[in-house]
Amino acid sequence: MHPARKQRLYIVLFIVAFASIAIGLIVFALRQNLDLFYPPSKIAAGEAPLETHIRAGGCVLPGSVVRSTTNLDVEFEITDGPAKVKVYYSGILPDLFEEGEAAVVSGKLNPEGHFMATQVLAKHDENYTPPEVADLAGEGADHQKTCEVISYDS
Amino acid sequence: MAWTWFHQFGSPRWFYEKTTAWMPWLFALSIILLIVGSAWGLGFAPSDSKQGNSYRIIFIHVPAAFLALAGYYIMAISGAIGMIWKTKVSYLVMRSAAPIGAVLTFVSLFTGAVWGKPTWGTWWVWDARITSMLILFFLYLGVMALQNAFNHEESANKASAILALVGTVNIPIIYKSVDWWYTLHQPATIKFTEDSTIDPSMKYPLLLMVVAFYVLYATVLMMRTRTEIIARERKSKWVKEMATAS
Repeated sequence: MHPARKQRLYIVLFIVAFASIAIGLIVFALRQNLDLFYPPSKIAAGEAPLETHIRAGGCVLPGSVVRSTTNLDVEFEITDGPAKVKVYYSGILPDLFEEGEAAVVSGKLNPEGHFMATQVLAKHDENYTPPEVADLAGEGADHQKTCEVISYDS
Repeated sequence: MAWTWFHQFGSPRWFYEKTTAWMPWLFALSIILLIVGSAWGLGFAPSDSKQGNSYRIIFIHVPAAFLALAGYYIMAISGAIGMIWKTKVSYLVMRSAAPIGAVLTFVSLFTGAVWGKPTWGTWWVWDARITSMLILFFLYLGVMALQNAFNHEESANKASAILALVGTVNIPIIYKSVDWWYTLHQPATIKFTEDSTIDPSMKYPLLLMVVAFYVLYATVLMMRTRTEIIARERKSKWVKEMATAS
């Protein structure tokens, strides 16, 4: 290779390497803030701030969803295995919200450790199956893999 | 000499004349693949057990996002080749790739929002995947803007090539964002190292659509580059001869 070209090649490699290191360090420093939500175990450990607008995400504990008969109030628990957090919400839930499925709630944590949600989002997983295949696989296979591995007994 | 073809491709005239014969084939192939892929995906693939028919947006969303990322590398690498070897065509390829990539990024952001509303319950959320994809959109727009910000062509090419190279850092971040952080966006469905978590009856039309988008991308990129070549070389003898001959 011509020496001048070789020199320009080094400049190009330097630009890419330098930019990667710089942005890599920024991302590393911000890694906590880049998470969209707190898992329940971090909330239980007291790592999430109280009375501040945050998001929490986990699997909706089967059997924990209690709907009000008079209005849109709903309460349920989300869990990531080791810990669970009680969520209060008033509003319409997304279509994919279900027991045993993942959800992300946004709102504030009150001093009792209960989550007062202003928005509930359903988190979809990476699995795509036709209805017939899902029926064949049985009841449990209908749930998300990430939520299946959690033991709900604790 | 192994470098001959490389330098030949760098010559605008050689590139233009060589690709003339390819254009109708590429064009026909991309149309056929797109029609077969969309008909298969939208009409014949089964619906999803949880999302019903709304999942079918995957057949546009995923291929567009694939090409938005791959297209960025094409743009940045042609910019790098232009900087190192100073071949004429590579900068023209870089310039042509920017608007195509911007459109594909916009398509994947837009289809994602349309899908997110019924599935997640929101159009937009500032999670790592979606935000880094928005940054990619601005990078494409930045390359286009820099390209037009200079009167002198060589400075414009060099400046936008440097921006394109710096922006390559964003590509692995977009790709890995769903694994590195807690995001609302689900992790990748098509996996290269293990089994994909999608039923084969949906996977094959999806893969066909990805191939279709690759061919479409190649066709549009080549078309735009040829237009750039003609515009740039309009005063040269071979273009004038071609124009008078037809």
